[in-house]
Amino acid sequence: VDYASAARRVAFYRNPRFRSGLAQALLAVVLLWLAYAFVLNAKANIEAQHIGQGFGFLANTAGFGVNQSLIAYNESDTYGRVFLVGLLNTLLVAAIGIVLATILGFVIGIARLSSNWLLARLAGGYVELVRNLPVLFQILFWYLAVLGTLPGPRQSISLWGEVYVNNRGIIIPAPVFEPLASYAGYALLLGVFVSLGLRYWAKIRREQTGQPFPVGATMLFLLFGLPVIVLVLTGWPLRFDTPQLRGFNFVGGIRLIPEFMALLLGLTVYTAAYIAEIVRAGILAVPRGQTEAASALGLSRGLALRLVVVPQALRVIVPPLTNQYLNLTKNSSLAVAIGYPDLFAVFAGTALNQTGQAIEIIAITMAVYLSISLLTSVLMNWYNARIALVHR
Amino acid sequence: MSSISYVRRSLTEIEPPEVPQARRFAFAREHLFNSPLNAALTLASMVLIALVLWPAVRFLLVDAVWDGASRVDCLPQSAGHEVGACWPFIKAKFRQLMYGFYPEPEQWRVNLTYALGAILLAPLLIPQIPYKGVNAFLFFGVFPLVAFFFLVGGVFGLAHAETRLWGGFLVTLVISFTGIICSLPLGILLALGRRSGLPVVRALSIAFIELWRGVPLITVLFFATYMLPFFLPAQWKIDGLLRVLIGVVLFAAAYMAEVVRGGLQAIPRGQFEAATALGLGYWRMMGLVVLPQALRLVIPGIVNSFISLFKDTSLVLIVAIFDLLGQLRAAFADPTWATPVTLFTGFAFAGLIYFSVGFAMSRYAQLMERRLNASISR
Repeated sequence: VDYASAARRVAFYRNPRFRSGLAQALLAVVLLWLAYAFVLNAKANIEAQHIGQGFGFLANTAGFGVNQSLIAYNESDTYGRVFLVGLLNTLLVAAIGIVLATILGFVIGIARLSSNWLLARLAGGYVELVRNLPVLFQILFWYLAVLGTLPGPRQSISLWGEVYVNNRGIIIPAPVFEPLASYAGYALLLGVFVSLGLRYWAKIRREQTGQPFPVGATMLFLLFGLPVIVLVLTGWPLRFDTPQLRGFNFVGGIRLIPEFMALLLGLTVYTAAYIAEIVRAGILAVPRGQTEAASALGLSRGLALRLVVVPQALRVIVPPLTNQYLNLTKNSSLAVAIGYPDLFAVFAGTALNQTGQAIEIIAITMAVYLSISLLTSVLMNWYNARIALVHR
Repeated sequence: MSSISYVRRSLTEIEPPEVPQARRFAFAREHLFNSPLNAALTLASMVLIALVLWPAVRFLLVDAVWDGASRVDCLPQSAGHEVGACWPFIKAKFRQLMYGFYPEPEQWRVNLTYALGAILLAPLLIPQIPYKGVNAFLFFGVFPLVAFFFLVGGVFGLAHAETRLWGGFLVTLVISFTGIICSLPLGILLALGRRSGLPVVRALSIAFIELWRGVPLITVLFFATYMLPFFLPAQWKIDGLLRVLIGVVLFAAAYMAEVVRGGLQAIPRGQFEAATALGLGYWRMMGLVVLPQALRLVIPGIVNSFISLFKDTSLVLIVAIFDLLGQLRAAFADPTWATPVTLFTGFAFAGLIYFSVGFAMSRYAQLMERRLNASISR
């Protein structure tokens, strides 16, 4: 049989390369046409509704107040400033939420694996209950039912006379730094750099000579002990401004608004349940032989955990853990349901309402969340490559 | 000898073998009080349970008010004791929480649709019952159409029920169900696109999946509600519920695509090569050889996405579609039922509904996982 001529006889439209090219070209044309139609429609609709166009609105005066801001802000500031205020509030609640959820999640995940029957069941119950309730449900529950029904300022619940809890928020003492306190700040900075260097040096020495160095304890001293010593030496230039009830409200201290507390509680409790499951799965993923080998080497249970089990479990835990951090950050946009001024609430909520420029505002908002996600996954891939098992 | 401090230098004493013996309270001794630390943890757990569980039971059952006509019956003064849950509030708001403002004389249509769905779904979930193909076609293909015409009405002499009036658990179920049945095929297509050899298709699939997975659902809902109408001709008036459905489906499809991709990656290359060697084209190879195996592998993952989707439907209240949670919030605003316990009662009721559905689905996913693992290990 003459295969060469048989191949030549195949019609051109049966050639796989021609077919794939045609299919892709068709797809591209259809999508481009759709995009073109979208742009035309958007233009016509915007003109018909007399809505502004472009990103010029960012320089206009916003004219609305925000009930929590990390940077100076007032009503005569611009939409650009509002955007920044919202973004910082989002990052604030996300950062604190991530730290708290990680701690709670690790505790509950380890408790689920405890040999203590009751404790394991209790942790299991927490995970089942929390994971099966929508996160918005939980945030609303904390906001409306728990924090909303607290007594007013005059009947505040007082904790040790320092912290006051009422329906306007939680008021905690505010630290006041006197000028001399800056030395303690420098000491902390020094501690950070020295401990980083020390860790590096100790690792190299261990690899070369096998001599361990108590890095953990030394770092603890450098990071906490050193600043405290400097504080003592400079005559304790740090005091706390305790809140005081004056009339119908409190003066002094820092007030954490209930919206912030509810969002933080909701996100922390919800994400901690997922982190607990990840931690549990990660620890279970380390084969029993590893623990047994460690104890055969004579390592105590604590050392075996720290030197053998945890480093291997982390390899399994970290990727899904970052996913949960991302989820928490994205879920912080639910702030809009209770009025915490995060990026979504002030920008896609209030600013969108006032300007009507839906396309620009939603595009910016999506772009911010998308960049956070993509940035995290880039960092994640880098970290994963670093800790991945190296087969020699 | 090196001086590594954590390596034991001498052999330990040989311990005598443990003699198993029946003891009183063996369970408690072994599992609860086998060391001082465990004993402390057990006591702490008991305290925690006493602090949380008992008040919850008291609130929900012991101190609850079961009958009444208004807020007055749920006040401590009229009940004569400390008041727990105010169940008359739920009784009064039950229709609103379940159907929203779906016209009351027409609510039998909703119930009938539920019944039809349940009849078709039950045999689909039980692995032993045959005719899964026909059953799945009826449930995923025919039932949605029937349900659509039945619920919306306007045909066969049924009164038209505007979606504006829909609400409560009905909307929660409609959005979850639509999300589930539309996101699965779309997700499969996207997963295939992401693993396709055609560069344009692959790039578009990746962009689509990463875009929707990178943003919160609420931005997608805002996109669908406020941004999408700009892109469509002005004379197209899209129903508010439909807009939300579009957003939910796009979002869920991106997540579904990643679940399905996991299954596709688990199929050995030999399967693709064998299918090609048999002369099957791309679609037949995928449809007859690869997908049946890949989808079976990821059933637990698919059910887990369904659970997330079901919980995420609650977000629609932010774009003014009043699902179960939205109606609950609306019911709280009613002054005739304003008591100190109304909020807790409402959350307890809605929480019970969300929890039972989510819990049932996750238990089913675990069951399927076990069955699947059993069949693989065999």
